[in-house]
Amino acid sequence: MSNSPRLEMRGVRRSFGATKALRGVELSVAPGEVMALVGENGAGKSTLMKILSGAIPPDEGRMFLDGAAYVPGNPLHARKSGVAMIYQELALAPHLSVMENILLGIEPSRGPLMNWPEMKRRAAAALAEVGLADIAPETQVRRLAIAQQQLVEIARAVALDCRVLVLDEPTSSLTAKDIEKLFALIRRLKAKNISIVYISHFLEEVRAVCDRFTVLRDGETVGSGVTSETPNERIIALMVGRNVDELYPRSARIPSEVILEVNNLSGITKPKAASLQLRRGEVLGISGLVGAGRTELMRAIFGLNRVTNGEIRIGTFDGVASPAKRWAQRVGLVSEDRKTEGLALGLSIADNMTLSRLDGLGPMRLVLPSRQRAACKPWIEKIPIKCQGPEQRISGLSGGNQQKVAIARLLHADVDVLLLDEPTRGIDVGSKAQIYQLIDELAARGKAVLMISSYIPELLGTCDRIAVMSRGKLGEARERLKWDEKQLLAAAIGQEE
Amino acid sequence: MSDKTENKSPLLNPKWMNLLGRFLALVIVFAFFAMLVPEGKFHTLRNLENILRQSCVYATAGLGMTMVIIGAGIDLSAGSLIALSVVVVATTLNLNITGADGQPHPFTELHPALAPVVAVMAGTFAATLAGLCNGIMIVGLRLMPFIVTLGTMGMIRGLAKGIGHERDIYPPNETWINNIMDPTISSLHRPWYFLPIGVWILIGGVIVSSFVLRYTRLGRHIFAVGSNEETARLCGVSVGRTKLFIYTACGFFCGVAGLMQFSYIGGIGQPTTAVMYELFVIAAVIIGGASFTGGEGSILGTIIGALTITILYTGGQQMGWPKWVQEMVIGGIIIAAVALDRWRHRKTV
Repeated sequence: MSNSPRLEMRGVRRSFGATKALRGVELSVAPGEVMALVGENGAGKSTLMKILSGAIPPDEGRMFLDGAAYVPGNPLHARKSGVAMIYQELALAPHLSVMENILLGIEPSRGPLMNWPEMKRRAAAALAEVGLADIAPETQVRRLAIAQQQLVEIARAVALDCRVLVLDEPTSSLTAKDIEKLFALIRRLKAKNISIVYISHFLEEVRAVCDRFTVLRDGETVGSGVTSETPNERIIALMVGRNVDELYPRSARIPSEVILEVNNLSGITKPKAASLQLRRGEVLGISGLVGAGRTELMRAIFGLNRVTNGEIRIGTFDGVASPAKRWAQRVGLVSEDRKTEGLALGLSIADNMTLSRLDGLGPMRLVLPSRQRAACKPWIEKIPIKCQGPEQRISGLSGGNQQKVAIARLLHADVDVLLLDEPTRGIDVGSKAQIYQLIDELAARGKAVLMISSYIPELLGTCDRIAVMSRGKLGEARERLKWDEKQLLAAAIGQEE
Repeated sequence: MSDKTENKSPLLNPKWMNLLGRFLALVIVFAFFAMLVPEGKFHTLRNLENILRQSCVYATAGLGMTMVIIGAGIDLSAGSLIALSVVVVATTLNLNITGADGQPHPFTELHPALAPVVAVMAGTFAATLAGLCNGIMIVGLRLMPFIVTLGTMGMIRGLAKGIGHERDIYPPNETWINNIMDPTISSLHRPWYFLPIGVWILIGGVIVSSFVLRYTRLGRHIFAVGSNEETARLCGVSVGRTKLFIYTACGFFCGVAGLMQFSYIGGIGQPTTAVMYELFVIAAVIIGGASFTGGEGSILGTIIGALTITILYTGGQQMGWPKWVQEMVIGGIIIAAVALDRWRHRKTV
């Protein structure tokens, strides 16, 4: 190749204490190229991003930008060098206007005064470039939809004349239509000779928009290639490092009586007249797009969202009930949002695990810390949860271990019905495998599991039956063998009927 | 129970180390004044008792405030709640009721045994009720605790002034309430109960509130609500009821602190007493290791915090520092304590 690469990373390593987050990353992106960076969660993608953005320095290794050494001292320096990051959690000031956000830190000014006309002009130009010309630069950012907010972030990068744009799971909260718009924008930016690093673990997206791919596993670059010349199986094998079928164990499950029955359940906007039946000893999966109303359905069942119509029967109990009552009826829920809802990060493992069932932990309804700790130990050993002990704070655990604590809470409460909302989101492959195994064991022991997931292979691997939700409506549950990935996707975007 | 992983001595437990650190800071502050105050006047028994008596009001109100702050709330009306209790106690003792002869007699003369008991109950009840109102507004109207208690700080103070007709109330007769904060160790006739009654009340309050926070489900729920309200709700914790409890408890303990304040200022129902006390109480809780974002804090820490603040004040006074210096020093200590906590957290997590 005659062209020198736009961005190059050579032998980049980084440790946190004893944890080797990156153990040798090689990455090379040509100008105007869209490079997919794929890998399971925990493979080191976020550490890599932090190094690229200048938030942390690498321990070893070198980076080059257009042939010149690239040593970002801090995120501002990186941005000024032309490396822009769009994180999953958008970094916008929601109370400020669109234009102030776009030009944050580089506001045009006349002396100490803001140059509003110039600001508006430049913001409008950047907005036009990302296809948001119809949005007034004065609009408050929090009034925009998520997809538009993301575009505002990209506009900010464009306004800075970035040379490398790093997108971290950019489609995670977008609808299919917005995803198409985003891809069109990526192609336009590519035509402007901007290099794009596209981080994702959705191979369909990688195939749709990326020229080449680099696979990261356990902090190491394990392979790269041209997207159009490599089959999916090859990329998955590189990502996982083992065969896919070993990931999903399946013991003999014997579905028995119906323990959860929902009829025509409607919420304020979603779900719309959803019906389902869940038996003991089976895992029922709910597939669909983000925002289809799957979480709302589960929260309505659990009493966290208001029910406007319909019936819920759990065992011998009829009707809606508060979360406290649901726990008493031996139903438990694991939230999709581990950090803000699922767990109290500042409290200990023991506190988190026992929170929903504090009885039996001392005489006279008292809660003895020693009993709390003792109650946690079997689960910590069995699942297993990697930690220093039941007293350790949740915030000190890895995402996977945090999620295992959230699930162990249901085990401690000894629930019969497990409502799992994206139980493996954002966690490493090892933890995923342990959670799949746990789900399988629970089902084999006669527990009933209702599971939401956006990752179709996972649903096909763990569930007995799968139903698809689309725009608030829940389709009929079918045996898993009667579905394949394409049918599930088609149903999710409502193209089945 | 199981002993294979419990080999750590409880003293090495980070929580105890944390308290120990705060206690050491207290000792250092004390030693500082003990060395600098001339003629060794600072570490006399009398002065120690004074410090104990003075810190009692802050510490008692701090018991409730600790619960509130652990629950990620704040109660700015604490000083007004104390004043309300003071005024209600004095008003009750000041009542005239119709005796058997058809003439009005002072309540305290007609029923000398009953009157102080009724006064204590009325004072505590009034503050508790006001605390409950704080809770109802915070939970029912879904308002920020800061805003609600900022409002009720004025309302409750106004109520106290209204009850007292904007004047100090001087009850006609002394009762035992006047004496609960009287010195004992340094008094001539050392009574059998050794410490001032108020200190015993505080010790009782410390035991009860520590027990509630540590060993009851309600206590664990307070921590959970403060650490992450969403998680608590998800786990079936009744978030609203927990919040109602902490603000009511804060009202109750402020009411008890009001009894002490009543005795401490000489048995007068002064509606303008305890102004700004909420800030000292909050400062005591924060110096004691509680976090404004909730989920953290301890009763013993708050007691240490209250003692630290009192030592700084009395020490400053006895050093002859002007009041403005004292105020600046205490302000600085609060910031330093919180900054230290931040720094410690960054190291551990």
